[in-house]
Amino acid sequence: MKKPKLNIGVTGLNAIDSPGPGVSVIRALREAASFDTKIIGFSYESLEPGIYMHDLVDRTYSIPYPTAGTDTLLERLEYIQEKEKLDVIIPNFDAELYPFIKLETKLKAMGIHMFLPTLHQFEERHKVNLNDFGKKYGIKVPKSKVLYDLSTVHSLLSEFSFPMIVKGKFYDASIAYSIEQVKTYFNKISAKWGLPIIIQEFIHGTEFNVTGLGDGKGKTIAAVPMRKQYITDKGKAWGGISIADEKMLEMTRKFLRNTKWRGGFELELMKNKDGDLYLLEINPRLPAWIYLAVGVGQNIPEALVNLAMGQTVKPFTEYSVGKMFVRYSWDMIVDREEFEQISIYGEL
Amino acid sequence: MKLKKNVAVSEAGLLFNPVTGESFSVNPIGTEILNLLREEKSDAEIEKEILSMYSTDKTSFEKDYHDFIGELSHHNLLEGHEKTKA
Repeated sequence: MKKPKLNIGVTGLNAIDSPGPGVSVIRALREAASFDTKIIGFSYESLEPGIYMHDLVDRTYSIPYPTAGTDTLLERLEYIQEKEKLDVIIPNFDAELYPFIKLETKLKAMGIHMFLPTLHQFEERHKVNLNDFGKKYGIKVPKSKVLYDLSTVHSLLSEFSFPMIVKGKFYDASIAYSIEQVKTYFNKISAKWGLPIIIQEFIHGTEFNVTGLGDGKGKTIAAVPMRKQYITDKGKAWGGISIADEKMLEMTRKFLRNTKWRGGFELELMKNKDGDLYLLEINPRLPAWIYLAVGVGQNIPEALVNLAMGQTVKPFTEYSVGKMFVRYSWDMIVDREEFEQISIYGEL
Repeated sequence: MKLKKNVAVSEAGLLFNPVTGESFSVNPIGTEILNLLREEKSDAEIEKEILSMYSTDKTSFEKDYHDFIGELSHHNLLEGHEKTKA
């Protein structure tokens, strides 16, 4: 039977030291068994490496930053849609999810399908709301507090002990060992990502991640846990291994069952020395290491596209344990004309 | 003493715990002991087997064996030696 050809827009082409998931998602889509694909990359900056990976990305368009607002984004997507006849878009950044969720109905009317969490799910799992989330769903989370300014910073001493984690609302986290460091990181992170800042209890232990896919009705379509083996100074996994931890898988299933999560996700977990699992964060999109899931037998991006297209997707029930990913960097040689093309015309 | 069923031991002496993702390398004697544990041999049987193959005395073996088992237990690799709370 002839496979359908889908035109898929993908963001997160910044395959840098703190990589966006786009390039890994595209590799997965290129290997999809159920469809062929034309990949349209969406970029924010002209030096995102994925723009120049022509064997993976067929064409790239720059899109406005989320701060420009949904109207500006919609206008740009209408222009792109006229040219590319997109079937699906997979947004891969936390910060752009809000505008894409807001635009879901309008994009659907244009023929563009997505498979995203609902606005309620997106807001509820936000790290600002993690305490309440943990209580509501019976999932252990580290104690956290939201700070909007530094006037109450000294009150942290009665609630937390050092070290404590200072987190940005979308990205960035630093470990603070003194109030002075809390203030420094507060200013540094809020300058980049805005307010509020989240102060989180530091859990000593080993870090694990689970990526997966929920069908929006409580069913687990896919779930793959991974232990980070090599962590960069930005806290990103540069190497990892698939594992078989039933407690993690059960926590994942519980998360999906209780929230009826719709779409891809990544759970950031910490296991302390007593074996207790803490949920540190829920990333509402696929992670940069998603290609490991493909490598162990669960092509999650392919399943996500099929769900977006309204297909019935059979849940994955197994994966290979003990498979590793080892990330690497690679210098591409790029003609200046290509850089000019994307910088000036916003298309390549 | 029983090695957990899901723990993989390669011929080269690499031990992999699929639950935690941890890997450990052990020397050839360690690999032999692991294989004997895998066969569910008792402490006494393992001692007899190792002492018959290597020129070491009972006291040295017991000390090293005890340390080795302690390490395996510490890393949650033995059945019934869970650190994890139920």
